[in-house]
Amino acid sequence: MTSALYTSAPDPSVERHTFSVLVENEPGVLARVIGLFSGRGYNIESLTVAEVDSVRRLSRINLVTTGSRMIIEQIKNQLDRLVPVHKVHDLTVEGAHLEREIALIKVVGKGEKRVESLRIADIFRAHVVDSTDKSFVFEMTGRPDKIDAFIRLMEPLGLIEISRAGVVAMSRGTDGI
Amino acid sequence: MTTVPTKTETQAMTGAEILVQALADQGVEVVFGYPGGAVLPIYDALFRQNRVRHILVRHEQGAVHAAEGYARSTGKVGVVLVTSGPGATNCVTGLTDALMDSVPVVCLTGQVPTHMIGNDAFQEADTIGITRPCTKHNYLVKQVDDLARIVHEAFYIARSGRPGPVVVDLPKNVVMAAGEYVAPTNLDEPRHASYRPQLDPDRAKIEAAIEMIASAKRPLFYTGGGIINSGPQAVEKLREFVRLTGYPITNTLMGLGGYPASDKQFLGMLGMHGTYEANLAMAECDLMIAIGSRFDDRVTGRLTDFSKGSKKIHIDIDPSSINKNVRVELGIVADCGRALAAMVELWKKRRHKPDAGALGAWWDKIATWRAKDCLRYRQSADVIKPQYALQRLYEATKGKDVYFTTEVGQHQMWAAQFLKFEEPKRWMTSGGLGTMGYGFPAAMGVQVAHPDALVIDVAGEASFMMNMQELSTMMQYRLPVKAFILNNRYMGMVRQWQEFFHGGRYSESYMDSLPDFVKLAESFGANGVRATKPEEVDQAIRTMIETPGPVLADILVDQEENVYPMIPGGAAHYEMKLGPDHGELKETTDKGMVLV
Repeated sequence: MTSALYTSAPDPSVERHTFSVLVENEPGVLARVIGLFSGRGYNIESLTVAEVDSVRRLSRINLVTTGSRMIIEQIKNQLDRLVPVHKVHDLTVEGAHLEREIALIKVVGKGEKRVESLRIADIFRAHVVDSTDKSFVFEMTGRPDKIDAFIRLMEPLGLIEISRAGVVAMSRGTDGI
Repeated sequence: MTTVPTKTETQAMTGAEILVQALADQGVEVVFGYPGGAVLPIYDALFRQNRVRHILVRHEQGAVHAAEGYARSTGKVGVVLVTSGPGATNCVTGLTDALMDSVPVVCLTGQVPTHMIGNDAFQEADTIGITRPCTKHNYLVKQVDDLARIVHEAFYIARSGRPGPVVVDLPKNVVMAAGEYVAPTNLDEPRHASYRPQLDPDRAKIEAAIEMIASAKRPLFYTGGGIINSGPQAVEKLREFVRLTGYPITNTLMGLGGYPASDKQFLGMLGMHGTYEANLAMAECDLMIAIGSRFDDRVTGRLTDFSKGSKKIHIDIDPSSINKNVRVELGIVADCGRALAAMVELWKKRRHKPDAGALGAWWDKIATWRAKDCLRYRQSADVIKPQYALQRLYEATKGKDVYFTTEVGQHQMWAAQFLKFEEPKRWMTSGGLGTMGYGFPAAMGVQVAHPDALVIDVAGEASFMMNMQELSTMMQYRLPVKAFILNNRYMGMVRQWQEFFHGGRYSESYMDSLPDFVKLAESFGANGVRATKPEEVDQAIRTMIETPGPVLADILVDQEENVYPMIPGGAAHYEMKLGPDHGELKETTDKGMVLV
């Protein structure tokens, strides 16, 4: 049976971009950013936020989004227009950059599956941070696609819960934001 | 106008006194407002001073539109003061209107005391949450010592860059607390940590623009409200540049008055109900020079067929306006006035001369479009055509110190077509949001700013009824606003779309039991006048203008007249319909139902 959901090919004009946004650490700033995305119909694939400069009271938002080239440009300009936003960097456009994510993954199982999950975790350099006689909680850090791959491998081995922090990102090289 | 702050040192005052002092130091002369529990301390502070005047409106929406009219006719920031809860929520339409049309407004809203926020207190609303998407920025003042700084910042943000509305939410305990006043430091360009609009254009881009403009064969200026918002320099430099080049120019609805309507290089308004020559010139130009305009869907029509053969230069102070709807070859982020000044200077320095042959041929082509006389309508001997009424109104007011506002609908489009504007800031209309009920309170704000001018709200009867309560305000403050109501008993534009796109099924667009507008005026102590036949129009206009005080003119017009020309929503410029007088049939299919 064919379904529109599965037959439509992914739109080649849609790009994935990672933004780093430096904002004033004040109440409501995250609501402004999220409201901008929901109000204008943009996608948020991942969003992380934390204070990075307690003296100047700056927070950094790392944001992964998708859209056509024009939409991506709009997102940058719309973010830049918000009053408490200091800087907007489209890391995807600006060159080589790093993306890292931390995830906790709980796997429940016994016997061969349990051993297999531990073996794969070792290959992926995931750490066991909690265990019972039937379960492990793995902690792993890495590129988002590496975490995706680990999760796919855990699925047949008793995967029951995933908690991901979202992407943090930074440009390579000597330049600061 | 900004006053020089008198107090440089700080001193202890109540929050309400700090607020009033800050308003005075920002040069505020008048506030449009409505009192209530949460703002009583502020009203008490207003009572005990005479620097800032207060106009008591009859509905908070009217206050915001009045502030918009005040702002757009003066270039100053309009100020609103309302209470918490319903006072604030009633402002939402006006704030959204001001955001869409880039009008500088500071809206001060009362709030329940800080310790009660979040407790569903009486007249509590999450004003900051509600107004976040409909303001340029908003603030909740949590401490009295932040109050002065925030108010000064709010004015700066409202008036600078792309102007817009700013809300300052004031909890009652904050305005009652004692605090220190801080005078504004540098009124023109205070430094803000993160908000710094880009005003000066990139020099290399101006050079590139000038080369493109000099070598164009079929150029067209397409300018909008940004020219007017930018101020006198932009208006003056636009005129100079357009005349230097000899190129044709069209204005958006918001941009009317940015270039003189009587000038021979002016093609009239463009867009859905713009002129044939302006829209065809957009479709066939080889270089579009967009300045302070935003490629709105009412201007572009179907995007895939929008001016396919042209290169485009877009100058705007808002980076997000560039490449939003239409991809342009050259985008320049700058204040329109500064960009135009730089272009004029460079054009002269390089002694550019346009290609006379190509330009002549382009003007010849435009002349054939102009010859269509697209605004022509069929005059009637026994029923008043709305176009005729507006032509007569224009003739009667030409050369006077006159300001026009409009409501939204057919009358608005006819007003844009038939009133001619030679100067900026004389035309106030709700363009982006399309707010019925805008014009009457906006006219009130214009009249407050210009007490001796003739201020006319061109209205439809349906729009007029949305904010007609402000007639009471006008009586109280002796504001002689004239409402010129083109009364067809229909929501005319709704009826027109139902005729064109919904098989003539006039679902809920006819109003029975309308008031007698003459008696309605009289019930407020104002005057009314009525015209029912074409020969009565001139006398009605004369009476309206000459009668002191507010006047409602009830002009009973042809009930089924349609606005032409028209580019149906979602169609392309070259698919413009010129109307029955040009031998074209009306469209009566249901195909257009999906259009907006």
